[in-house]
Amino acid sequence: MRHVYTWGGILVVVFFSVVGDVLMARAMKRVGDVHELWRRAGLWTVVGRILSTPSFFFGVGGMAAAFFSLLFALSWGDVSLVAPAAASLTFIGNAFAAKMFLHEKVDRRRWIAALLVAGGVALLAG
Amino acid sequence: MTFRKYLVLAGVTVFAAAGDSMLSHGMKQIGSISLYHLQGLILAVLNPWVAVGILLLLAFFASYMNALSWADLTYVLPATSLGYVLLALVAKFALHEQISLMRWLGIVLISGGVGFVAGGEALTSGHAEEKSKSLLLPKTVKNGAPDREGPNGGDAESPVLSRTGGSGAPATGSDR
Repeated sequence: MRHVYTWGGILVVVFFSVVGDVLMARAMKRVGDVHELWRRAGLWTVVGRILSTPSFFFGVGGMAAAFFSLLFALSWGDVSLVAPAAASLTFIGNAFAAKMFLHEKVDRRRWIAALLVAGGVALLAG
Repeated sequence: MTFRKYLVLAGVTVFAAAGDSMLSHGMKQIGSISLYHLQGLILAVLNPWVAVGILLLLAFFASYMNALSWADLTYVLPATSLGYVLLALVAKFALHEQISLMRWLGIVLISGGVGFVAGGEALTSGHAEEKSKSLLLPKTVKNGAPDREGPNGGDAESPVLSRTGGSGAPATGSDR
């Protein structure tokens, strides 16, 4: 029963993490290179541009949901299982989501890595 | 990739692993939280370990946002691969958790996979062109000297931005 709680928690973390990561990535791409922008136009321009990007707030919402579900999951399982498993499955989910929603070029190299990560997750669960 | 960008990626890695470890330690002190007693979550934040963990995760968040502003999501996530190894070491030596051989193998496989993917370009998304334009605009207005090929005026950042134009230069393969 403890495993059901742990893996259920991990899947919830993964879902919210992918949603949060994709929206955050979209927001930050719209903002542009933060360091460059800061140097050129100042910190307040960076802050203003981030705060005027709606997907930033949705991204924060997704990541906050992922954070609190991680708190639950960590109280139910070992950190060396919960954290890597959630992060690795998030990586695979993000590979799909980044290709579909962010139009990143997820090439063979990145897909092979996703399979390696999936294998690693299976071993972690064993 | 510049030294500053490696530092940002290192920050993402270290802050995430350290933050997760602190949270885990704090949550183990508190014990399981029931779905029917959600006020336990508020009490959890008052635990010093959880509080420090949250601060470290805020530092992770700032580094993560910085990294996402100049690299793909599918590039930034692999950059945290060493965090799994770090996390395992912290779990074993600081939290005294048992890590079986299979879990060690899993951690190695994950690190290998994500390290493998990090050898490609940092930025491939369609937003690259859009980003270059957004970066160019203020400078064009300010200096009156637009330069599509060198938006940074030849500073330390220019190799990364010029790579977004499709030169296909290897990013970090030799470093991993």
